[in-house]
Amino acid sequence: MADLLRTGLYDLHLRLGAKIVPFAGYEMPVQYPMGVLKEHLHTRAAAGLFDVSHMGQVILRAPSGRAVDAAVALEALVPVDLVGLAEARQRYGMFTNAAGGILDDLMVANRGDHLFVVVNAACKAADIAHMRAHLPLEVSEITDRALLALQGPAAEAALGRLVPGVAAMRFMDAGIFGWNGVPLWVSRSGYTGEDGFEISLPDAVAVAFAEALLAMPEVAPIGLGARDSLRLEAGLCLYGHDIDTTTSPVEASLSWAIQKARRAGGARAGGFPGAARILRELAEGPARRRVGLAPDGRAPMREGVEIFAAPEGGAPIGVISSGGFGPSINAPMAMAYLPRDIAEGATVYGEVRGKRLAARVAPLPFQPTTFKR
Amino acid sequence: MKYTEEHEWLRVEGDLVVVGITEHAAEALGDVVFVELPEPGTTVATGDEVCVIESVKAASDILAPVDGEIVEVNAALADSPGMVNEDPTGKAWFFKMKLANPKALDGFMDEAAYKKLIG
Repeated sequence: MADLLRTGLYDLHLRLGAKIVPFAGYEMPVQYPMGVLKEHLHTRAAAGLFDVSHMGQVILRAPSGRAVDAAVALEALVPVDLVGLAEARQRYGMFTNAAGGILDDLMVANRGDHLFVVVNAACKAADIAHMRAHLPLEVSEITDRALLALQGPAAEAALGRLVPGVAAMRFMDAGIFGWNGVPLWVSRSGYTGEDGFEISLPDAVAVAFAEALLAMPEVAPIGLGARDSLRLEAGLCLYGHDIDTTTSPVEASLSWAIQKARRAGGARAGGFPGAARILRELAEGPARRRVGLAPDGRAPMREGVEIFAAPEGGAPIGVISSGGFGPSINAPMAMAYLPRDIAEGATVYGEVRGKRLAARVAPLPFQPTTFKR
Repeated sequence: MKYTEEHEWLRVEGDLVVVGITEHAAEALGDVVFVELPEPGTTVATGDEVCVIESVKAASDILAPVDGEIVEVNAALADSPGMVNEDPTGKAWFFKMKLANPKALDGFMDEAAYKKLIG
């Protein structure tokens, strides 16, 4: 694993007994001694601490020094209303390509005089090159800060002990708070469906900060394994699996992230790559869309499983993009792309080990979210 | 107890052999969430896939260690797959087989040899 990178918390992961795997070019903890199932349940019951320092952190600055000018520019690459994003607020979005597919998904925060963007680890080099090529902005990758996520019902109390101001934040607020004289960039957001926070902080203090959280009885370290089952229960997309360059945001059931201002008739309608296809799909509906699937029985249906309309015969009508077992719902769960005429509640069949097993088209998320709105 | 290179354990019980997976295998699989068992009465040949185990991470199979007939399966595993992690060499046996050739077990590893295999 000589070519793999490590986050600043790598030695801490080893001390905590993590099992390390290669992920997006990094050596990352997939699980700790607690194990995936218990880590998942612990996050939903108390608080889980995730090292997500492999993700890309980028600052976008306009020559004017105003966030709104950076927002105007970035709107050329994403179908999201960023001009309407208030200071100290964060929004979900995606970079689209000329064919209307998704290059990556991202979070954008308005920090008054600039935008702070977080992108996926596997895409960050391409995303940064893409922004540098197309935006009249200063695009600065932040390489000296770790990124942690603290998720779960006890996250507010735990983080609040170190940073009292965070308790007043609402879902998708973003702010800067001090801890021992060090600035923490905190947002009330995450990738688990739970209330929680994402915290960017200088590498130099990341281990001490993580250890201060882990010293609290309600906080446990959580690996990538549970991160995946938590996000799938919450119905959230994983780039490269549930969304990619072949799926449009509308097909991906992410139309909620395309605000009125960017739609037909809006103040800044279109003007992003792939707008022709995306606006057409918003108006007419996409041919296929991402849905939840609840398999009957207990056998998981995993990524790549083909979906059929009938228990025998016929060609596949779709394929599972993510699937596994949901520890909190205590049942298998999956997401798949299916033709839009397949309605919620319909029974379809996934072919697992040569057998067609029934599954119900189910609403997402599988596990109710607990965001503090 | 005898052991296979596929990390199964084999325990002789009268004229039957009881089959399960080792602690080492259970730990490597991670939390088991689904077990599919064969029908009692099925005749199997060495290497046939007779059980499916799905963990939080992935699916894997249990192969028939020898030729014979499945005479009994541990139906409790279907409802409580987590037993595989809790008690892999005890309560979480998978199936009992009647051997086609009673000498078929002679070639398998003993505990010392298996421990050497898993280091």
